[in-house]
Amino acid sequence: MLKPVTLVTPVTASAPGDDVAPVLKAEVKALDFYYGSFHALKGVNMPVYDRKVTSLIGPSGCGKSTLLRCFNRMHDLYPGNRYAGGGIVLQPDNTNLLSDDVDPIEVRMRISMVFQKPNPFPKTIFENVAYSLRVRGMRNKSELEDRVQSALKGAALWNEVKDRLGELGANLSGGQQQRLCIARALASDPELILFDEPTSALDPIATASIEELVMELKERVSILIVTHNMQQAARISDYAGYMYMGELIEFGVTDQIFIKPQKKATEDYITGRFG
Amino acid sequence: MLKAPDLQAIRQIIARAKRWDMLFSVLGILSLMVGVLSFCVLFADMAIKGVPRLEWEFFTSFPSRRAANAGILSAWVGTVLVMMVTALAAVPVGIAAGVYLEEYAPKNWVTGLIEINITNLAGVPSIVYGLLALGLFVYQFGLGQSILSAGLTLALLILPVVIVATREAIRAIPQMIREGSYACGATTWQTVRDHILPYSSAGILTGVIIGMARAIGETAPIITIGALTFIAFLPPAPFAGDPPAGMFDWLFAPFTVMPIQMFNWTSRPEAAFTVNAAAAGFVLVFMTLAMNGLAIYLRYRLRKNIKW
Ligand SMILES: Nc1ncnc2c1ncn2[C@@H]1O[C@H](COP(=O)(O)OP(=O)(O)OP(=O)(O)O)[C@@H](O)[C@H]1O
Ligand SMILES: [Mg+2]
Repeated sequence: MLKPVTLVTPVTASAPGDDVAPVLKAEVKALDFYYGSFHALKGVNMPVYDRKVTSLIGPSGCGKSTLLRCFNRMHDLYPGNRYAGGGIVLQPDNTNLLSDDVDPIEVRMRISMVFQKPNPFPKTIFENVAYSLRVRGMRNKSELEDRVQSALKGAALWNEVKDRLGELGANLSGGQQQRLCIARALASDPELILFDEPTSALDPIATASIEELVMELKERVSILIVTHNMQQAARISDYAGYMYMGELIEFGVTDQIFIKPQKKATEDYITGRFG
Repeated sequence: MLKAPDLQAIRQIIARAKRWDMLFSVLGILSLMVGVLSFCVLFADMAIKGVPRLEWEFFTSFPSRRAANAGILSAWVGTVLVMMVTALAAVPVGIAAGVYLEEYAPKNWVTGLIEINITNLAGVPSIVYGLLALGLFVYQFGLGQSILSAGLTLALLILPVVIVATREAIRAIPQMIREGSYACGATTWQTVRDHILPYSSAGILTGVIIGMARAIGETAPIITIGALTFIAFLPPAPFAGDPPAGMFDWLFAPFTVMPIQMFNWTSRPEAAFTVNAAAAGFVLVFMTLAMNGLAIYLRYRLRKNIKW
């Protein structure tokens, strides 16, 4: 169904402070996507760099979530959704995630996701985190305990919940629930984590802790994050992409996008002159 | 200068509108009373007539030609065994069908047609199921006029209820829970097993019990397939015979059930038998109410741990 991918993304400047050139983790190539007959992504090309934070910004309805959800094949869950050309090539194995031969479950095992609204399962805190390990067939109790503990530590939640692992996840506060979901996404040791506006349902303090967490996580894992909050994108991301009406208008090092955008449209959006 | 509001007029309008509130609440209470009171009167009448008859012997005696000696032993045992078969058949099939329709089936016109038909099946008169079962189970499959035939017939009858309840319970699960599970890398089966079924179990169970409460009082389809109206022996105890074949002897035994026993007694001329019928009716209503009570309790228990 998908055409072979030919387009190559132009080399982008490396993030400031980096001596070594960034390594590609994934690359979106000439991606077209349809909701039924609605053309939601139009020839998007974009790199995602290894162990960097890449943010997607743009006005509501421009296709940020749509692009993000291509990365873990979430669209496959609904009839009528169609990847219509191009692909997303994951490195180092050079696999096109959107190819018909690639099982979406395999993709989701490599790339995990944190949603806009915290969505813990109505299970215990422990079982919430353990779930991504259980679907991978892990049964050994002590191994599960170790992995759950290190995921909760990675999500900066361990100290708050270590004495109440048997309680329901829903008993936690909103910010804690979101960190629980991050722990769940982290437990399986993914290569890339997708965040879809992870702080839009949270108060400023919980937001700050999630932002801090994201910046810590990039030591271990690549991150692609959608945000409505421009300060947030500027604060936490190394690279940023500006989307508008299903197209990626501009992509580059975050500082450059925010200080010296190349395109007029990007500048208008960033300075609030949009619309 | 401020214009003084015409408070007089406003109050009049409110008072007039409120008269309708009054009127409606009176009407509503009356309508409610019709339903509640008629049930209470029926139940009380049955209780007054029947309860004095409810000694231990009433439950341990077979029917008899003498009203004072007659009991409901064969009837309640038959009802319990038939209900067991009904539950064992309807629950797995109904849940599987409901889960398939919600989680697996592609949404196209075929599944649309099936959906509409399932809803319609719930409205088919029960005697039609009896006729179907007589042809299919009793003669075609050669199951005879047995507990198995009766149980399967009632299972067919409540299958739509179970399917619809299953689907409704599943639909109440937020989509973000499903997405969370898939995003962890779960397959559809893992999602169903670990999330969909556990979180919808309260709703499914309620549906099953309400279906069973309907089935327990069904008379027409059971008579159609040929339940006996007078039976003075018990079927073999379930699973007690020589394994493997003997264990299932009970399934093929002739039987009667509570509503048929009642029907039989009410058609007798002697007043003493009417008392027996009232007593049996009381037991039957008690069984139904107990099942509904159980449904409410289980729903409460299972929902307690589920918050989205
Ligand atoms: N399931 C769907 N079916 C049809 N159209 C959809 C569907 N989901 C999204 N769209 C459309 O696709 C476009 C992109 O939506 P998307 O959710 O990706 O926007 P977004 O950039 O994430 O917006 P927001 O910032 O509000 O979350 C919108 O015009 C939206 O109306
Ligand atoms: Mg979005």
